[in-house]
Amino acid sequence: MRTEWVSLAVGFSYLGILFLIAAWGDKRSIQGRSIINSPLVYALSIAVYCTAWTFYGSVGRAAETGLSFLLVYLGPTLAMLLGWFMIRKMIRISRAQKITSIADFISARYGKSTRLGVLVTLIAVIGVMPYIALQLKAITISHALLTGYPLEPTQALATKAFLFDKSFWVAIVLAVFIILFGTRHLDASERHEGMVAAIAFESIVKLLAFLAAGIFVVFWLYQGPMDLFEQAASRTDLVGTLGLDAVPGGAVGWVGTLILSTLAFITLPRQFQVLVIENVDERHVKRAGWIFPLYLFAINIMVIPIALAGLLMGDGSPDDYVLTLPLAAGLDALPLFVFIGGLSAATGMVIVETIALSTMVSNHLVMPVLLRWKWLHLDPALNLSGWLLGIRRVAILLILLLGYLYHALIGESYTLVTTGLVSFAAASQFAPALLLGLYWRGGNAKGTAAGLVGGFIVWGYTLLLPGFALSGWLDSSLINQGPWGIAWLKPYALFGLEGWDIYAHALFWSLLVNIGLLVGVSLFSRQSNLEQTQAALFTEALRPDVMQTPLWLGQTTKGELYQLANRYLGKVATLKIFTQLGSTESPSAADDTPASPTLIAHTEKALTGALGSASARVLINSVVRGEALDIEAVLSILDTTSQALEYNKRLEQKSTELAQIGEELRGANVRLRELDKLKDEFVAMVSHELRTPLTSIRAFAEILRDSPEVSPEQKSHFLDVIVKESERLSRLIEEILDLARLESGRMRLDLKPVNLSELAKDSADAITQLYDDRQVALKLLLPAEEAWVKADPDRLQQVVINLLDNASKFTSPEDARVVMTISSKTNRWLLAVEDNGTGIVTEERDKVFEKFHQIQQHKDASGSRPKGSGLGLPISRGIITHHQGLLYAEAGQVLKGARFVIELPTIQP
Amino acid sequence: MAKVLVVDDEPNIVLSLEFLMQQAGFDVTTALDGESAMALVTENPPDLVLLDISLPGISGFEVLEQLRSQESFKRLPIVMLTAHGREVEREKGLALGADDYITKPFSTRQLVEKVQALLNESSQGLQED
Repeated sequence: MRTEWVSLAVGFSYLGILFLIAAWGDKRSIQGRSIINSPLVYALSIAVYCTAWTFYGSVGRAAETGLSFLLVYLGPTLAMLLGWFMIRKMIRISRAQKITSIADFISARYGKSTRLGVLVTLIAVIGVMPYIALQLKAITISHALLTGYPLEPTQALATKAFLFDKSFWVAIVLAVFIILFGTRHLDASERHEGMVAAIAFESIVKLLAFLAAGIFVVFWLYQGPMDLFEQAASRTDLVGTLGLDAVPGGAVGWVGTLILSTLAFITLPRQFQVLVIENVDERHVKRAGWIFPLYLFAINIMVIPIALAGLLMGDGSPDDYVLTLPLAAGLDALPLFVFIGGLSAATGMVIVETIALSTMVSNHLVMPVLLRWKWLHLDPALNLSGWLLGIRRVAILLILLLGYLYHALIGESYTLVTTGLVSFAAASQFAPALLLGLYWRGGNAKGTAAGLVGGFIVWGYTLLLPGFALSGWLDSSLINQGPWGIAWLKPYALFGLEGWDIYAHALFWSLLVNIGLLVGVSLFSRQSNLEQTQAALFTEALRPDVMQTPLWLGQTTKGELYQLANRYLGKVATLKIFTQLGSTESPSAADDTPASPTLIAHTEKALTGALGSASARVLINSVVRGEALDIEAVLSILDTTSQALEYNKRLEQKSTELAQIGEELRGANVRLRELDKLKDEFVAMVSHELRTPLTSIRAFAEILRDSPEVSPEQKSHFLDVIVKESERLSRLIEEILDLARLESGRMRLDLKPVNLSELAKDSADAITQLYDDRQVALKLLLPAEEAWVKADPDRLQQVVINLLDNASKFTSPEDARVVMTISSKTNRWLLAVEDNGTGIVTEERDKVFEKFHQIQQHKDASGSRPKGSGLGLPISRGIITHHQGLLYAEAGQVLKGARFVIELPTIQP
Repeated sequence: MAKVLVVDDEPNIVLSLEFLMQQAGFDVTTALDGESAMALVTENPPDLVLLDISLPGISGFEVLEQLRSQESFKRLPIVMLTAHGREVEREKGLALGADDYITKPFSTRQLVEKVQALLNESSQGLQED
């Protein structure tokens, strides 16, 4: 099970899975369906902080110096919980300025300085070297343990020529994998969604593997945590191992390590990459502020039990306990899983770190040099985007080989954790430039460069150099007596500062020198115009109006910009820049119209995304003639008067908003009053309509009761009136209920296919008696084919009868005629009822559909024809509207009277 | 025999009022709208008018106003009939010079009593003059 082949196959399969996840993430990103757009994935990607150092080294550190391993995780927890606003500000700036790395950030902050970019890149590459070495060492040793246990793994290390050294091959395999993985294509943007997805996945794998090992130790090797702790407590030689006083350097050591890890959490190139550059949504920072510490808690909870169990076993190096404990128990699968967990921790770190570093190397070391070579400018046809990829690939290989070199030279002298802390101290040198730069406008490129160089030299002297001495490459007297025997220059006790933990000691001196030089030199030297602008842009980044100002006022042509962008970004990305700005004609190199400041700024931003700010600045400078930047214009936005203006603008905006709201409220109030009035009127009208038939009913009922002298004919006439008026009353109540249902939308329709012609005939039949009584002639003009509509037949018939009833009341007194026609219009059937009366004047045609509107009847007809309630037409219109149809009045076409039309959508029966 | 004019646009209400007034021993004329009511009043002056408010054409209020504006009809007893039960309308009718105001539906007995009382009052007033 633990053979060379199995372990290799599993390892490579794991890398294959990572590759697939990354490809999937990239694909989804291109489709615009990001899989990393969540605080959880963001938090998991930040967990790339937990490397092989955490996976193997924490146990080692706990076994040697107790709880001090926790400090390295308390720092980041503090940074996330308390420093989220700083991270958010960095994200905001990076997004606006298309920052690609921490080197780019610092260079951009201090006037897009090329020199600073170079400096930060060099420090990062050298400083991170031990850290990468640590990962190589962890992979090599864990693999050796897995396949060779119980053989001592140290034999697998650098004692052999590099061709037979496994670490070397680990470095090569990783380099090839990362080249395939991270530089498949040149991103116009600086973000790698696929990589982030893969890293998040790795964070899950390493957590599960570590927890599995811990659970195995606590519940398999021992009967739960109590058993483990009791056994440990009974061993006198272990007493105090886990005490707080075991931390090297005491209280100073505590504080030193805490500060170190807080700073490094932000300034390590890979941390800056995932925290700032790869962030999708700045709101994630705050949410990740508690998810990430939770992750750290989970991955640390099993450290002490494993360390104790390892000490009780008393065999092998503490850094290997995670693996040797399950191996010693004779297990097969678990060690393999633990190995994969360690591999994921190591590869995650190496992938992000080398991708971040290779971007820095290509953008800040190589490209600026290439750009200065004249011959590259001479051939505008040359496509440089291929070069960029090539440079990054070579850089990846070199970075890993450097890591291997460090590992081969001095990898033995430090444990995993101590090696890592050396890198932390180097990365911390970026903190003053980075964090001061966010809030203090006064810092300049000279001061920052001085601070970085100074801090880095102190770091090299107090941490890197002693490492070489410890591993025998330099005379160890350097450490013990100081160089040339000068005691106050001893690397671990500079200027007589003895008794401190070496990291606290190095951090103290290097940051002191760094900050001192940064502030001191900045105060005594001038800022260039560009430095002033960038300083203002960075420190004021959270003000909304600041970041979008186009800064170029120089002159160039569209053609020149097009050529430039085309060379470095390729055709597709270039077209995108030009079309984004609304240019309709396709850009060409021959276009000699002047480019707008916005176009120049956009091109610079796009170039910055691929090359970093300093290189982009050099390139733009090469084509833009004249004043690069109108300093007055930019600074005027940023000084205090503009703040007042901004404040005024907001006040003005607020007051117009308030005025608007007031206006809306007034309007709503008026509408409410109108509705209220309408409701009152409606109630009054309804009561009037109800009282009228009731009056006749009561009067005749009382007459019949009180007057015995009523003749039989009169009596039957009076009773007839009572019945008719009662019917009228019921009808009215029914209509009011219909209206209420329609207006509240509770009218239920039983929709089914209806042949409109049939329905017209039925309605005519139903009303024959009434027409005969009123002596009105009704004529039907129906189509030959069937007229299918979807309707509630009863309701529709109610409407048609209502129209026929109305029409009969308004016909001409002599030769009263009504015509009902059905015809078709595009996708609609039209049913029209027309009388031969005087018609309705145009302005009355809509009013007849209002409630209780009474049409003036012929004067001579009054009395002979019953009045309507004034609710029939509004109800009819409501019903037709519920059928998705129309009901309206128009001028008569055949008989020249009033014409009412129902329109309903046609359906297939 | 006292003459009563009944004005209402509802034929059935006119019918019932006509019957009631005849039964009470009055001479009854009827009109279904304001214009014909005005014509009838000038043509054949009644002793009392039962006047509905909502009439087609000119309304009952307008008829009332026009009658009160003529010297000869200043003291003609006019009883307003209405299906609007609202207080404002009652006040408006009384302000315009109506002698009484009856809400529909009404009690036939009370209506007849009211008409008789008003006619007595006005005939006494005439005698005193």
